[in-house]
Amino acid sequence: MVPFAGYSMPLSYGDVGQVASHHYVRTKVGLFDVGHMVQSNFRGKTATEFLEWLTPSSLSSLKPYSSTLSVLLNDKGGIIDDTIITKHAQDAFYVVTNAGRRDEDLSWFAQKLEEWNSGDRGKDGPVEHEVLEGWGLLALQGPEAASYLQGLTSFDLRQLTFGTSAFVPIEGFNLHVARGGYTGEDGFEISVPPSQTVEVAQLLSRPPVQLAGLGARDSLRLEAGMCLYGNDLDETTTPVEAGLSWVIGKERKENGGFIGAEIVLKQLKEGPSRRRVGLIVEGVPARQGAKIYTPLGHEEQQQLGVVTSGIPSPTLGKNIAMGYIQSGWHKKGTEVAVEVRKQLRKAVLTPMPFYKPNYWRG
Amino acid sequence: MRTGAVFTRLAHTKRYTAEHEVVNFDDETGVGIVSITDHAQSVLGDVVFVELPQVGTEVSQGDQLGAVESVKAASDIYAPVSGKVEEINETLAGEPGLLNKSPEDKGWLCKIKLSDPSEMDKLMTFEEYKSTYEE
Repeated sequence: MVPFAGYSMPLSYGDVGQVASHHYVRTKVGLFDVGHMVQSNFRGKTATEFLEWLTPSSLSSLKPYSSTLSVLLNDKGGIIDDTIITKHAQDAFYVVTNAGRRDEDLSWFAQKLEEWNSGDRGKDGPVEHEVLEGWGLLALQGPEAASYLQGLTSFDLRQLTFGTSAFVPIEGFNLHVARGGYTGEDGFEISVPPSQTVEVAQLLSRPPVQLAGLGARDSLRLEAGMCLYGNDLDETTTPVEAGLSWVIGKERKENGGFIGAEIVLKQLKEGPSRRRVGLIVEGVPARQGAKIYTPLGHEEQQQLGVVTSGIPSPTLGKNIAMGYIQSGWHKKGTEVAVEVRKQLRKAVLTPMPFYKPNYWRG
Repeated sequence: MRTGAVFTRLAHTKRYTAEHEVVNFDDETGVGIVSITDHAQSVLGDVVFVELPQVGTEVSQGDQLGAVESVKAASDIYAPVSGKVEEINETLAGEPGLLNKSPEDKGWLCKIKLSDPSEMDKLMTFEEYKSTYEE
């Protein structure tokens, strides 16, 4: 057990090691208890406009019961948090944010809601924010996730493609199920009302499902090239630098209108000075904080950036890492050096994801 | 218990460090076999990579000797004693999991020819080591 965002959470369960657990999710199915994450509802006539002010996403054109990865930005275009936003209707959204950013996010929401509701735009219809306190969130992940869940419901899960959600009857419970996850595998994130968390967790963890902990969650997400807030994203990093320009809606790239737009649009036009990249490091794993330098044999040893996450990849058998590097050095195939235990090691820029995701797209 | 076995063992002394290394010292050869403790491997979880020093390296007590890495984290290994690295466990390169299966035997890290065997006396006994992680 380790402390995490005020919770005590397991790195792994029982005597199943992190590597075995990782492989199990890649080949069969695992269940992650991610109830520490913050689930919220935003409701109100101007909810779409409000969230389009807080994020650069195109939410007005998002179809009902569809989700998108998004970012909450500060005035400088820095990422306050990354989040999954699910649209239920123009006036109703379900939002999941990081537990480690709970205090920052909630005070940001409160401050901006007050501003919105007392201003001109909020007068058409105020927006309400409800935190789903005590609700559970379970992530069923892996190639066998769909067949397992299908055995518990009459709902045809083939209709539920990656990035969409629905209320699904599961053995007498009616639960919000979003197809997606944080592993690069097919899977579901299931939101559970407070009184049903234990029963639903038991229902979803029968064989062949294996409980999986934070350890496997981290190695799976890194292979899938996904960011971990606090490691790979922070308030000084913009979505353009983080390689997340794709979360910015097409018309929003032209019209702006979101907090932080000035800097984000400028970076989109002129290019950022540093970029998030993937690396494969020879010989040894490079961890968070390892410095990235010009390649071995280069005339002048000059620091180019820093590693923000790195592991020996259980699936690939290679040392994978992500980090930030000076623009100009960011092209795939570029050779650089990474310092581990005072020695420079050869590394090659490698496109992410390191592991090709297996999503259900119908 | 066979008396012969007791006598053989007398030539060997096992001592521990607070950094979870163990040295099995043979006072006939003056060589200490360095390993990580069983407790250390259980805390680390699956070891997937081990970095060892070059044979012939001269180390002082407390110098960084290498590292043991699980998927989650890297743990540095420090030289528990001063001396010259005589041999490293080459099998760990292909089979790092030996550190979990047999940390103090088949998963040994390296052999050091001690330059000052009296350093052994300053390390901890098993009971002293055990008390560092048990309340």
